[in-house]
Amino acid sequence: MFDYGAYLRKDKFPLIWCSGCGDGIALKAMLRAIDRIGLSKDEIVMVSGIGCSSRLPGYVDFNTLHTTHGRAIAFATGVKMAKPELTVIVVTGDGDATAIGGNHYIHAARRNIDLTVILFNNWIYGMTGGQVSPTTPFGKRASTAPYGSTENAFNISGLAEAAGASFVARETVFRPQVLDKFIEKAIRKKGFSVVEVFTPCPTTYGRRNKMRSVIEMMNWLKDHAVPKSRAEKMDPQELEEKIITGVLVDLDLPEYTEEYQKLIDRVKS
Amino acid sequence: MVTKEKNRIRVMTGNEACAEGALAAGCRFFAGYPITPSSEIAEILSRELPKVGGKFIQMEDEIAAMGAVIGASLAGSKSLTATSGPGFSLKQENIGYASMAEVPCVIVNVMRGGPSTGLPTLPSQSDVMQARWGTHGDHPIIALAPSSVRESFDWTVRAFNLSETYRVPVVLLLDEIVGHTSEKVVLPDTSEIQIVERQKGDPKNKDYLPYKQTESDIPPMISFGEGIRFHVTGLCHDETGFPTNDSQKIDLLLRRLNRKIERYRDQITDNQRDQLDDADVAVFAYGSTSRSARWAVRRAREEGLRVGLFRPIVLWPFPEDEVFSIAQKVHHIIVPEMNLGQMAHEVEWASRGSTDVIRINRIDGDPVRPQVILEKIKEVA
Amino acid sequence: MTEKTAKKKRSRIVVKREWCKNCAICVEFCPKDVLVMKDGFPEVVHIENCTLCQLCELRCPDFAIEVYEDET
Ligand SMILES: Cc1ncc(C[n+]2csc(CCOP(=O)(O)OP(=O)(O)O)c2C)c(N)n1
Ligand code: SF4
Ligand code: SF4
Ligand code: SF4
Repeated sequence: MFDYGAYLRKDKFPLIWCSGCGDGIALKAMLRAIDRIGLSKDEIVMVSGIGCSSRLPGYVDFNTLHTTHGRAIAFATGVKMAKPELTVIVVTGDGDATAIGGNHYIHAARRNIDLTVILFNNWIYGMTGGQVSPTTPFGKRASTAPYGSTENAFNISGLAEAAGASFVARETVFRPQVLDKFIEKAIRKKGFSVVEVFTPCPTTYGRRNKMRSVIEMMNWLKDHAVPKSRAEKMDPQELEEKIITGVLVDLDLPEYTEEYQKLIDRVKS
Repeated sequence: MVTKEKNRIRVMTGNEACAEGALAAGCRFFAGYPITPSSEIAEILSRELPKVGGKFIQMEDEIAAMGAVIGASLAGSKSLTATSGPGFSLKQENIGYASMAEVPCVIVNVMRGGPSTGLPTLPSQSDVMQARWGTHGDHPIIALAPSSVRESFDWTVRAFNLSETYRVPVVLLLDEIVGHTSEKVVLPDTSEIQIVERQKGDPKNKDYLPYKQTESDIPPMISFGEGIRFHVTGLCHDETGFPTNDSQKIDLLLRRLNRKIERYRDQITDNQRDQLDDADVAVFAYGSTSRSARWAVRRAREEGLRVGLFRPIVLWPFPEDEVFSIAQKVHHIIVPEMNLGQMAHEVEWASRGSTDVIRINRIDGDPVRPQVILEKIKEVA
Repeated sequence: MTEKTAKKKRSRIVVKREWCKNCAICVEFCPKDVLVMKDGFPEVVHIENCTLCQLCELRCPDFAIEVYEDET
């Protein structure tokens, strides 16, 4: 049994999330990753936006910053620049990071600033009651897409990769034992890193999309996750509706705060 | 080390003076997004901040810049952003966050004509109400309006001091005229500049409460990474910083936030009074318009008219008591401003019907000319 | 709290009822059918089959089930 207790604000429990909400599974994976790296609680700043997933920092005993909707990465950029020695982890939802916060997401990736973004992709706006999100798959229902979404969904990981992130991985909460390894790698990576976590929202997504229980959703995740190595051998048709998991990007690139420090060292009189 | 006066004589613009003032005040973080007529502040700080070990970042937009400023301040850096109308609009949600979470920071708005893209290169004073009420909810804020280059320097320093003292966002309202006019100034020697640091909490105090209802109403701060871990949120929170739905605690928080400025009004407020003692007519003017007003008042005096000038440098909190007492003594208050009467409205309210408030409004990008104010004085005196 | 121990494999499973939200993830995805849902909570019925794989614990979103390997 892993001792989560050392990292939790237990007086805030039970978690605010619904029964079966996958966010807690990812939270636990994150704590195991942090523990393995051996970071002290004082040196971690956890920053979130607004949404169900963004309530996470309230439960963990780090320096925690719950910001405005979509802006977690912007706030985190200020924290990291002011104190680069701190490990800054951003917790955000698909709407938070890629709708209202999409601009910050791509620009932080472009700068390659050393933030670790744990992006909870539940295909929906959970907190506000299930409105369509940039990741809602075409045809799926949401409270503002009652006939099925007529928009295309974002490939969030691909977006980070294209924008210049150092590390991108994707996993589902069905495989927490792999998820924590990806989160560990992401935190260890110097540079902008993203772990896109597919997580069920049974309350606002599942029940509208013919998955009446979280068990069905977990089974869906199990059946639709395809490791990258296997996906490479499959044709595009077979990959429709599939989630390609694994480490998608792992590069060593110049990191923003280090580059800025070099600039300071150069010009400081 | 004291610098000889002749080495402190400079020719500079208000924007440059603002950037220098920020450095002198100990600002070590700037995040911004370019916008006329404020961009020089960013440009200068991109050059100067790294020289003193500070950090500069050009963000992807003003929302991000405001967020980064708050993040850096929570990590312990004195932080600044600079913008103009459209960017000021974008910053508003996060300015409210800074008010709510009590994060010291300074926002410079070099005002240009609006609404919308408006008049990018021409002056205006049409953001004075937005400076007060731009973000939603009842919130504390301080706004300052310097009128000269030297004042831009001094009041930028003061903006940081106020912000750090009261844990509140401070808006420094320059306008295009103040920002872009070059003047010869004698900058103060560093030994003369008073710099205030935020009241620090003790990182060894395990009972530290980040939002404690202290006697002063201003809880001491601890920065991220100093050894006390706490939660910061824009939700209504209790003394621990965690969200609460307890109506009593919500009331305590929101009243303290607003009281924090109200009760220290006397320490915060600052204004200039010129020949008001025997005046029958007062001119209420601020920012660059106060320079036109001062000229007009002096000329009117030369012509024997009993007129005086009241010039608030701190616009918010509004000097309501001062205006009320002036209103008791004069039969007219003339309010010239580069907008459609935003502050005149406030002056009317503060006068409570005891005098006539006359507006002079200019919204075409031209300043209110001294002659126009003089004519109005003559008309009513 | 409910506890069950199996001497042989030394596994012990603890359910924290006050945090459990009755989602049944732990029960459904236990590879050895060690658990069943009873009165809305997971209950250990075949502790002897438990392989200590930890999956029930890893997948519980609410920190409500713990798997211990006891010393004998
Ligand atoms: C500026 C602003 N717009 C809208 C909202 C309302 N809002 C709160 S959370 C949210 C969406 C959250 O969705 P997501 O980021 O996917 O997180 P989830 O709740 O699904 O974890 C919205 C639209 C807000 N708080 N602020
Ligand atoms: S609404 Fe969805 S995302 Fe939000 S807590 Fe419930 S299950 Fe989780
Ligand atoms: S540890 Fe594994 S085998 Fe044992 S109860 Fe949990 S899931 Fe089942
Ligand atoms: S997974 Fe956790 S919350 Fe869900 S039923 Fe099992 S113990 Fe309860």
